[in-house]
Amino acid sequence: MRQLAIVLLAAMLAFGAGSLQADSILAMNPEETFETEEQLRRYEKMINDLRCVVCQNQSVAESNVDLARDLRRITRDMILAGRTDAEIKQFMTDRYGDFVLYNPPLKPITYLLWGAPVILLLLGAVVMVSVVGRRSGESGDDAEGMGENT
Amino acid sequence: MKSLKYLVPVVVFVVLAGFLFVGLFLNPREVPSQLIGKPAPSFELEELRQPAERFATADMLGKPAVLNVWATWCAGCRQEHPFLMQLARSGAVPLYGMNYRDERPKALDWLRRLGDPYVNVGYDPDGMASLDWGVYGSPETFLMDPQGTVVYKHLGPLGPEVWQTEFLPRIATMQGVAQ
Repeated sequence: MRQLAIVLLAAMLAFGAGSLQADSILAMNPEETFETEEQLRRYEKMINDLRCVVCQNQSVAESNVDLARDLRRITRDMILAGRTDAEIKQFMTDRYGDFVLYNPPLKPITYLLWGAPVILLLLGAVVMVSVVGRRSGESGDDAEGMGENT
Repeated sequence: MKSLKYLVPVVVFVVLAGFLFVGLFLNPREVPSQLIGKPAPSFELEELRQPAERFATADMLGKPAVLNVWATWCAGCRQEHPFLMQLARSGAVPLYGMNYRDERPKALDWLRRLGDPYVNVGYDPDGMASLDWGVYGSPETFLMDPQGTVVYKHLGPLGPEVWQTEFLPRIATMQGVAQ
């Protein structure tokens, strides 16, 4: 029972640190007219990947503040103008920094952020192995007790 | 070895509590400005008070300058206004304004009633010039050196404490370099 709890805890630590992907909530905007499905798909992905810096727990897609509305419009205009996703992200980070990206790039300052799930998983594994190892090494009041019950 | 094991939860708790304690005093609304150390983004806007005239980034060069982003709908702007008036009277640095997502009649009425501390005010009703400056919540106040490099940005109402601790030393450095 305790082993199970430890395994579960390790798994929770490892996966809980990752972000939960919010459902795509398409902000209604009659201006959103794209020439191709591809452009619409890129638009929706982009605005869901951008954080609204005013209301920080919402994406640019979800927020109704003026700034988010303008960033949606700029994203749309840039896509229609043939700019790449990288160029759009660059435009956003030039103004608001990596903070605006829900998916921050891997660079020295974010190594810990990206590495944390792996570190926690390894930590959990170390704890698990040491506990299991010690228990199986024990000559076994526990093991005998459990054996008699089954 | 066995006695040390009991310390593990204590250590984990203390470390976690330490992080959380520090977190209590951080301002999550404060997004670090990308502009620090970079040239001020260029804009050319209508002057709020003289619509026929233009106010551009280049007009702020030559001296240390302060650009204050404000709007009549912004409570923090109202709060900092008396300090801006005081700053303008002291003549320490030229104070410029950017009127952010606002309406001209309301903005002019605000300046008439509360006083007008600005040398020039850019009128940015659609917020597109402010967007290039990374403005996301007013009031925001930028400090630029004579070459037009952004040196510091303050988010929220400006007051004597921030002015003393953050703006004055930087302005003094610029003037020291200039002399």
